[in-house]
Amino acid sequence: MKEPKIIVVGGGLAGLMATIRVAESGVPVDLFSIVPVKRSHSVCAQGGINAAKNQKGEGDTTAKHFDDTIYGGDFLANQPLAKRMCEAAPGIIDLLDRMGVMFNRTPEGLLDYRRFGGTLYHRTAFAGATTGQQLLYALDEQVRRHESEGKVKKFEGYTFLSAVIDDAGICRGVCAMDLRSMEVRSFAADAVIFCTGGIGAIFGRSTNSVVCTGSAQSALFQQGVDYANGEFIQVHPTAIPGEDKLRLMSESARGEGGRVWVPKNPAENRPAKSIPPNERFYFLEEWYPKYGNLVPRDIATRAIHRVVYQEKLGLHGRAAVYLDVTHIPRETLDRKLEGILEIYEKFLGVDPREEPMKVFPAMHYTMGGIWVNGEDQATSVPGIYAAGECEYQYHGANRLGANSLVSCIFGGSIAGPAAVKYAKNLEKGTDAVDSSVFDRERRRQEEANQSLIAQEGSENIMTIWRELGESMTEHVTVTRINKNLETAYNKLLELQQRFGKVNLSDRSKWSNQTLNFARELGNMLLLARVITMGAHARNESRGAHYKPDFPDRDDTNWLKTTRAKWVNGDIQLTYEPVDTSQIAPRPRRYDALK
Amino acid sequence: MSEKKVVVKVKRQVSPQGAPYWEEFALNWRPSMNVIICLRDIAENPVIRDGKKTTPISYDSNCLEEVCGSCAMLINGKARMACSALVDQLDQPIKLEPLSKFPVVRDLAVDRQFMFDGLKRVKAWIPIDGTYDLGEGPRMAPETQEKAYKLSTCISCGSCLEVCPQVTGKGSGDFMGAAIMSQVRLFNMHPTGAMHAHERLQAVMQPGGIQDCANAQNCVKACPKQIPLTESLAEINRAAWKQALLHWLIG
Repeated sequence: MKEPKIIVVGGGLAGLMATIRVAESGVPVDLFSIVPVKRSHSVCAQGGINAAKNQKGEGDTTAKHFDDTIYGGDFLANQPLAKRMCEAAPGIIDLLDRMGVMFNRTPEGLLDYRRFGGTLYHRTAFAGATTGQQLLYALDEQVRRHESEGKVKKFEGYTFLSAVIDDAGICRGVCAMDLRSMEVRSFAADAVIFCTGGIGAIFGRSTNSVVCTGSAQSALFQQGVDYANGEFIQVHPTAIPGEDKLRLMSESARGEGGRVWVPKNPAENRPAKSIPPNERFYFLEEWYPKYGNLVPRDIATRAIHRVVYQEKLGLHGRAAVYLDVTHIPRETLDRKLEGILEIYEKFLGVDPREEPMKVFPAMHYTMGGIWVNGEDQATSVPGIYAAGECEYQYHGANRLGANSLVSCIFGGSIAGPAAVKYAKNLEKGTDAVDSSVFDRERRRQEEANQSLIAQEGSENIMTIWRELGESMTEHVTVTRINKNLETAYNKLLELQQRFGKVNLSDRSKWSNQTLNFARELGNMLLLARVITMGAHARNESRGAHYKPDFPDRDDTNWLKTTRAKWVNGDIQLTYEPVDTSQIAPRPRRYDALK
Repeated sequence: MSEKKVVVKVKRQVSPQGAPYWEEFALNWRPSMNVIICLRDIAENPVIRDGKKTTPISYDSNCLEEVCGSCAMLINGKARMACSALVDQLDQPIKLEPLSKFPVVRDLAVDRQFMFDGLKRVKAWIPIDGTYDLGEGPRMAPETQEKAYKLSTCISCGSCLEVCPQVTGKGSGDFMGAAIMSQVRLFNMHPTGAMHAHERLQAVMQPGGIQDCANAQNCVKACPKQIPLTESLAEINRAAWKQALLHWLIG
C-alpha cells in the first residue's frame, strides 16, 4: 500500500485539531471547508474553555469537572471518554497557551479563570469574550504553518455532498462540490474525519452561523452512518433576538456577575435602571440560591420561559428578560466582556454598560450527533470518524457552558491519530479500489444537482426553510408535547413533499448559492425528522429534553442512548445502554446541593 | 398599500469575467433590518423593482455578528460588514458593491485568498515543537496580553486593504496590507514568537512589505474592530529598519 491519505471535512476547532494531529504524524491531509477555515463557526464561541487547573486554590479537580459534566448532562453521556476529556483539559489549555492564544492573565502573569454555568468553581479560561475566535485562530495558524510545509492541502470553498463507500461498505473518500465552478468531484482517502459542526439552520434562526446546517451529518446518515441522541437540543437562555440571527449573549456575562431579572409588576413602565431593587424579581437567584444565575442552560432557559409564559412577567408583555451587567465596573466589563457587549451595542444601538440588556432563549447547540464509539471517535461505517459538535459523545442530555471548546479539541486530537492508525492498518488501501466506485458516487451527486435544476415547480427554498424553522422552534425546542411533535413531524413530511416541487430561482452553473442551499435544505428536512422522532419517542424529561406530560427523568425506561439508523430508505430508532461505569446516576437538582 | 419600502441597488456580475451591471430592489421595511436581511428577502423573492424576475444575489456571509469577517462589502461606498450595517442608519437607496481590491467571484462575493497568502508569507504563527505535553506556555503581563489580544481580534475582512491607496488589487507584488503587518507585530510580541521575529521582519522587507505603506492612515479608520493598525505599521517599520541597519552593521 502507498502512503495513506486522510481527508478532514470541516475546519472549525475540531477539524483543525484533527488536521494538525494528522499532519504532525507525517501523513498528508486534505482539508475541506465551505468557508475559509478562519471564518468557521467556532469564532462565535465567546465565554471560554473549561479545565480544572485549580488556579484559584478552590480545590478543583478533574474528577469534579467530570462529575459536573456528567451531572449537568443528566447522566446520559457515556462516561469513560468524558472522563478522559476532563483529564486532558488542563493539558489542552497548556497547548493553546503555547500556541499563543491571548488568554486573559492574572497580575502574576498566569492564566485567569472565571465561573461558568453548572459549576461552583472558577474553571473557565478565557480570551476576552471571544475565546472561540482566539482558539480557532491559534489552530488556524498552526494549520497554515503545516500547509506552508506542504503537509496540508486546503480545499476552501468546497461543500461535502456524500461519502464514497465501496461495495464492502468501507469509506474510501468523499464527493465534494466546488462552490465556484459547481464541479462535483470524488476525492480518495483512506479515512475521513468529519468535523462539520452544528445544525442551527434546522431551527431557522439560532445562535449558529450560516454554514451550520447539519447537511453533512444528514447526508452521512442516509449512507448508513448512525445518528445518536438527536432529540437533545440546547436552547441558550440569553440571546439577542434578531430577524436574521439570534445573537448569543455569553454565559460569561453571568460568570462575571451579570444578573437576570424582570420587574415584579407586569405593567412596569419605568426604565430598567430606575426600578428599585425590591421591585425586581431575580428569579434565578430566588429559585436556585446555590447556583443562582449560573444554573445550567436548560434550567435557566426553562425558568425564563416560565417567567414569561406562565407568570406573564416578560418585559413590556413581550418575550424578553433583563440581563444586567450595569453594576459591574466599566473597566472590568471592557477587559473581560468587551467582545459581547460590543455586539449588543452595534446591533441594538444601546450601551449595555448603562442599560440592562434584553434577552431571550435561542437554539444554540446539539448535544446529539453522529454516533461514535466510546474509544476513538470512529462511526458506524469503517473509515469514517467524527469529532466536535457534529458527534454526540460528551455532553449527554445537556452541555455545560465552556465544555464545547474542550470537547472539540479533545475529539479532534483523538480522531486524527485514530484515523491514521486505521489507515495504516488497512489491508487494502483506497489506491487499490476500482475507480468505478468513485465515478459512480460522482455521477449520483451530479444527477441530484441536475434533477434539482431541471425541476419546474412552484416552491421557493427560502419559504420552505422559513416554515421548517418556525415549526421546529415552536414544537421541538424548550417544551415538548407529543401532540405538537406529531404536528411538527407531519409538517416535515409536507415540507419534504413540497421540496420535490421547488423551482430554483437560479440555474446558472457558476457560484450558484441557491443550488447549494437547496442541497442543504433537502438534508436538513430529513435530519429534522430524526430529531423530532427521537423527541416524540422519549417519554421522560432529561436535561434539555423536557416534556410536561412526563416531567421526571425515568432511568428505568430511558437511561439509554437513542441510536437512529437508516434502514431501507427510512429512519429507524434503536436504543443502547449508557456507560455509567464511573458515576452512579443520582437525581439532578440545582435548587439544592448536589 | 403604502408600506414603508427599502430601496437597495446592487452592483452585480455573473462571473469574474462578466461585465458589472446594476439592479434595483424595493423591499418591505422591517424593524432591526440589516443588509443581510435585505439580501435574504431578495433571495426569497428575486424580483427587481420594475417587476422583472432575476436571480438571488451571491454574497459571502457566515457568523452574522461581525466576528468571522465574511460579509465585507461596499455599502454606500464604504467598506463595512453587511451584518452590522443597519438599514435605518443608511441613506437610501442603499448601494451595495463588491470590495474593489479583490477579484469578484460573483455579485458581492469576492476572493480574499491574497490575505491568507500574506499570513503565510510573514509566518504568522508560533512555531511550537509539537502538540504533545510540554507544560505551560510563557507567563505574560496582563498589559501585554491586553495589547496583543486587541491585535488578535483581526477578522481578515479586508476592509483595511480596500481603503489603502497602496493596494492596487492586482495581487502578487501588491502591498500585503495593514492587517498582515499588524499580525507580524502580534507574533513578534509573544515571548516564543519573538524568538523568530527576524524571520517575519525579513518577510516584511520583501516586495509588498512594510516599505509599501505610504502612511495614508485610511486603514485604521476602516477597521471594524478598531485595531490600532497605524500603531502596528509604525512599529513594524521601526523594527524592520532596525533589523536592516543591524544587518548592514554586522554584515
